[in-house]
Amino acid sequence: MIPLSWYLILSAALVCIGVFGVISRRNAIAMLLGVELILNAVNINLLAFWRYKDVSSVTGQVFTIMVITAAAAEVAVGLAIFIAVYRNRRSIVAEDVAELKG
Amino acid sequence: MAAETLLWLIPLPPLAAFILITLVTNKNKTLSHGLAIAGAASSWVMSLIVFIQAITRPNLAENPISSSINWLPTGETALRIGVQLDNLSAVVLFFVAWTILMIFIYSVGYHNYGQPAGERDVPGLPPRGAEIKDAHGHTHRVPSVEPMYSRFFGFLSLFAFAMYLLVVCDNLLLLYTGWEIMGLCSYLLIGFWYGKDSAKKAAMKAFMTTRIGDVFMLLGIVFLYTQAGTLNYREIFGNAELMRTLTTTPAGFLGLSQAAGIGLLLFIGTVGKSAQFPLHVWLPDAMEGPTPVSAMIHAATMVSAGVYLAIRIFPLLTAGWEPGGALTPAMMVVGAVGAFTALFAATIAVAQNDIKRVLAFSTISQLGYMIAAIGIGAYTAAIFHLVTHAFFKALLFLGSGSVIHGMEHGVMHSGEHVDAQDMLNMGGLRKKMPVTFWTFLIGGLALSGFPIITAGFWSKDEILAGAYHGGQMAIFITLALAALLTAFYTMRQITLTFFGQPRTEAAAHAHETPWTMTVPLIVLSVFAISVGWSGIPEHFPLIGGLIPNWCETFTGAMLGHEGEAAAFSAVPLLVSIVVSLGGLTLGWLAYRKVKIAVDPLKQALGGLHTVLQRKYFVDEVYNFLFIRPAVWISEVFTSRWMDRVVIDGFLHAIARAFLWLGKIVRHGFDVPVVNAGGDALAAGIRKGGAALSPMQSGRVQQYMVVTITVVMVFSAILFAILKLV
Repeated sequence: MIPLSWYLILSAALVCIGVFGVISRRNAIAMLLGVELILNAVNINLLAFWRYKDVSSVTGQVFTIMVITAAAAEVAVGLAIFIAVYRNRRSIVAEDVAELKG
Repeated sequence: MAAETLLWLIPLPPLAAFILITLVTNKNKTLSHGLAIAGAASSWVMSLIVFIQAITRPNLAENPISSSINWLPTGETALRIGVQLDNLSAVVLFFVAWTILMIFIYSVGYHNYGQPAGERDVPGLPPRGAEIKDAHGHTHRVPSVEPMYSRFFGFLSLFAFAMYLLVVCDNLLLLYTGWEIMGLCSYLLIGFWYGKDSAKKAAMKAFMTTRIGDVFMLLGIVFLYTQAGTLNYREIFGNAELMRTLTTTPAGFLGLSQAAGIGLLLFIGTVGKSAQFPLHVWLPDAMEGPTPVSAMIHAATMVSAGVYLAIRIFPLLTAGWEPGGALTPAMMVVGAVGAFTALFAATIAVAQNDIKRVLAFSTISQLGYMIAAIGIGAYTAAIFHLVTHAFFKALLFLGSGSVIHGMEHGVMHSGEHVDAQDMLNMGGLRKKMPVTFWTFLIGGLALSGFPIITAGFWSKDEILAGAYHGGQMAIFITLALAALLTAFYTMRQITLTFFGQPRTEAAAHAHETPWTMTVPLIVLSVFAISVGWSGIPEHFPLIGGLIPNWCETFTGAMLGHEGEAAAFSAVPLLVSIVVSLGGLTLGWLAYRKVKIAVDPLKQALGGLHTVLQRKYFVDEVYNFLFIRPAVWISEVFTSRWMDRVVIDGFLHAIARAFLWLGKIVRHGFDVPVVNAGGDALAAGIRKGGAALSPMQSGRVQQYMVVTITVVMVFSAILFAILKLV
């Protein structure tokens, strides 16, 4: 059986890639993709701990399903915002949308 | 309908008329007087029906027409109100009903109903007349209608309600209620022409003066209630046990028994209402009101109510007295007040020139007669004189109103500036106003006690006889002197007004008044003669016994025995004939040749005449003793010192102290701490905001870097702490 640490390393790597993507990409959709990577890394973490530590309860699976649901909702809202922004200014570069700066 | 039901209903029509006139028909003169007269007439009809039932009822004194209901529950008992008609109230009801109806009708003519409205008339002042043009283009001044015509009938109706209530009620509380409503109406009607300063003052004077009496009367009622536990006449006077207790228990003041104490307290109410000395001062001034008011309130009904009360409480006043025995202290007080007032007012009346004021003092004097009669125990004589006086004095007042009315007509015609009420300006009105003259003559003769034919003779004679037989020589002589003066001033009045030649242009053009005024005069003059026939003593020479002495038998039954006039003596009879005829002759001799407007008595009496004309300076003395000190206290002590110095000073000091405290708080705390602190807080927050605002770049990714960095740093710190621990 593959040891638990491998899964953790995978998920850590996914988080890092996601964070990098979110921070470095100018395209808002790409930023959203990064966020999805982070969330999925969390899912892997949750399932791995469930599988290796506490198989009898269903907590890990439940949490994972919750995260997937939240991610789907987040993407729906996020994309709707981006479409609205794009219609107004023909751009989906996140830096351009900075009206709320102090 | 049962007599009890009718009795309940008697006071109500005038009340309904008052409410309707005040609320609905105020604008319409015809409807207003129609309602008022309809109300008075229905009360009159019911009163007469009840009266007839009462006099035909066997043994009315023990078995009066009465009915009562619970009214005001007080703890375990209840105040009951009810109506009752016994012999006394039946007789009073009779003359009240007649005089009220007559005066209502008279008022229509008196206030110039049907005349045009005057162009310069204003509410609150007597009408001044209107200009009209006749067919030939001539302008005439004619009397104009009273501007507040409806209001007058409204007040008059309210008054009639109260008077009926007072007569038919069966307890002192309800009597007091009617009494006070009448006091209010008296005030309103004396001040009816409120634009006149004198009328305003007279109204206040009347109200305040009678109030003095009313306060004592209320004390008496309360005293009686605490002792007897009831205010019902029959329950008190019919309860021999209670009367004996009241007679024997001392009241705790002036060495009087409780009965005498209560009786005298209630009697002070009578003194106020019936204008007896020393509270008589309001009645002459009350003549400022319209003449029907003077006739109704201040001659026939309201002032009679005072005597009615005194007769009601006769058993209290005479408690412990045996007929023929020595007078009790309470009776002596009552008799002295009455006899003194009778003579005192009669002397003043001699020197008055205003036709109504003469009658006002005459009223005071005659009421004094009745009070004196009560004081000497002549119960039936007092009632008899009350009835006859109500008729002939109402007649005289209405007659004087008619004279004034005729004179005002003359004044308008001649355009002179003369006082239409001053008798010295009149003269020779006999031919101008025949109906007024003959009726006034009848009234005047009745007042002076002209022998045999007039009612006043029989009633006055009975009082004099009562005093004589009771052995009260002082009272007898005082009353005989008063009777002499009464005859004198009455003849003076008649002679000055109606005989001789007109002394002014206005008197020469005086005019007889309309039928609404003369018909009541005729009706009342019939009574002024015929009422006397109901009380002719049985032992009177020649005509005695031809007509049964109904008045004495009927009212005497109230006392449970057959009146008090037993023996007949020629002395009082001769005295009353002599003083009456003598006074009339003197008056005729003294005044028949008056050509100019000067009273011949003025030269004859000199300074005494001035004293009499100024009413013994009683008004001035009261002014000095009571009014000026009261004004001084209110002005100097209460207003200037107490109010402005003490109370205002105290308030100002408090205000100054708080102003000072406020300044300290403002400069010591509010400005430096609260204001400055608030400002500093706001400035700090603004500065902090400015310093932090660059952080918010509006770039999502920057925020994220910061967030992640912070999370990582804190995670590292947390990790390190957990590891170390």
